[in-house]
Amino acid sequence: MTTLLEVNEIQTYIGQYHILQGVSFQVRKGEVTVLLGRNGAGKTTSLRSIMGLNPISDGQITYNGKDISKLATYHIANRGIGFVPEDQGIFGELTVEENMKIAMQKQDEETLARMDKILTLFPDLKTYWKKQGGYLSGGQKQMLSIARAYLNKNELLLIDEPSKGLAPIVVEKVMESIMEMKDETTIVLVEQNFRMALGVGDTYYIIDDGRSVGTGNMKELAENEELKRKYLGIA
Amino acid sequence: MLKHFNKSPVWVLISSAALILLPFVNDSRSLMIMITQIFILAIFAMSYDLLLGYTGIVSFGHAMFFGIGAYSTGVLLSRFEPTMLWLLVSIAVGMVVAAIVSYFVGLLTLRLSNHFYAMLTLALAGLFLVVAEKWRSLTLGNDGFTFRVPDVMRDRLSFYLICLILMVAVFFFLMRLTNSPMGKVLLAVRENEARTQSLGFKTIHYKLISSVVAGVIASLSGSLYVLSLRFVNTSVFALDVTLDALLMTILGGVGTLIGPIIGAAIIEVSHHWLSELGKSYVIFERWIIFFGILYILAVMFFPKGIVGTVKEIRWKKKRPSKVETNNKNKRIAG
Repeated sequence: MTTLLEVNEIQTYIGQYHILQGVSFQVRKGEVTVLLGRNGAGKTTSLRSIMGLNPISDGQITYNGKDISKLATYHIANRGIGFVPEDQGIFGELTVEENMKIAMQKQDEETLARMDKILTLFPDLKTYWKKQGGYLSGGQKQMLSIARAYLNKNELLLIDEPSKGLAPIVVEKVMESIMEMKDETTIVLVEQNFRMALGVGDTYYIIDDGRSVGTGNMKELAENEELKRKYLGIA
Repeated sequence: MLKHFNKSPVWVLISSAALILLPFVNDSRSLMIMITQIFILAIFAMSYDLLLGYTGIVSFGHAMFFGIGAYSTGVLLSRFEPTMLWLLVSIAVGMVVAAIVSYFVGLLTLRLSNHFYAMLTLALAGLFLVVAEKWRSLTLGNDGFTFRVPDVMRDRLSFYLICLILMVAVFFFLMRLTNSPMGKVLLAVRENEARTQSLGFKTIHYKLISSVVAGVIASLSGSLYVLSLRFVNTSVFALDVTLDALLMTILGGVGTLIGPIIGAAIIEVSHHWLSELGKSYVIFERWIIFFGILYILAVMFFPKGIVGTVKEIRWKKKRPSKVETNNKNKRIAG
């Protein structure tokens, strides 16, 4: 399987804080790679660094064999990397329809077909089509956020904690949608909910104190109690 | 369809029709002058709303573009024949200069974070004020100069109607712009610039477009302002001019377009009323203090302004209750 994204020893500062002190991982095409770690380990910053939202000070990020480390965020997005941020990033003053349309990079038949598929997957979005994003519930916002990233034929999706703060029944729905996307795109998932990560992930990387400290197959991790206890706090 | 129909244009058209008839019903000259000033300031405030309300740019230097329009018209009409041709040329020159200046100012400053941008625009507007004061051969400094205007502009009724038409035209132009896909990107930039970039938008381009359009419209209002006075001095570059636009926009409702028109009317009427009261009560001679208090109260208790607050109340009435939404979530997820 070919490598789509390679993150090599990246270092990122936010203000005076040295957040990432050597994060490395590889994302293979067609897989779901899960970044695991405790709160504050640097998982979200890793995704934001890939998107250029927290520019790296050292290291290298290559995507499809090309260095994207120094590119502006919009260039990175236009190369086919979609981002679902932790805070969902919904534009509260825009309607659901406008939130979707603003994300639409092309208006070809394929995109419109994807739109139909999304609305079948998330019928709630259709119900609230003309409603402002700010008036949606947390779950609906998350659905909209995922739908927006899925709308374009992105080769890679970076999804940051999609289950955060959601009711278990809504988490199930989100998980279902990720499984659906998995067939068509490569995903990097940051997830605290281990059960969900295990359900959708193929490969894992553990990030601790801004460094990559472990990697392997998700199924192996499920059986490695010591690693889970040490880095994820799962007893 | 009607459920999502925006009523603002209808209100503007109805009000405009009433305002066209007003001079034929009430021929008070002072009233007509005051309403003309409201039209002009409403154009200026709407241009500021495009920046603040639709793009999230806080500028303390918007008077720069108002002043450019004012001086272009004043200088050209004082040096050439006061014909309609020269008037149009002077307005066009002001708009072109404002577009160029706003483009370069935007290019230099819009990459900065919002508070640095605000401070830099304040400094640049200060620079224009100093240049206008020092370049006495052209501007006569703070003393200013009077100039002649074309006959059609001398007639208060014609000028009133022209300003009304321009205000309505600017309103519909900006409404069209803000409702276009580009306008939605501007709103997205205002809400979350980083997020907009991660959707693939080069946000600086959109901010520049907004800045240039706002600058050009502010220049138009500056030209109209000095036409109404037939006089121009350096006060057109003063910080007060920008603060007035800010107050009109905040009071009326940020990001609503119709709000700045209402805000302009309130500020202008209050200005006249308080100045009149100043003749009887000394305290009202310092009417600017009351504007300061009004500004604080508006920010504290009406952050969304009149139109924004009314819209919010209407939305709350239409919005499904929390229980309803939770039930819906359960049904969909289940």
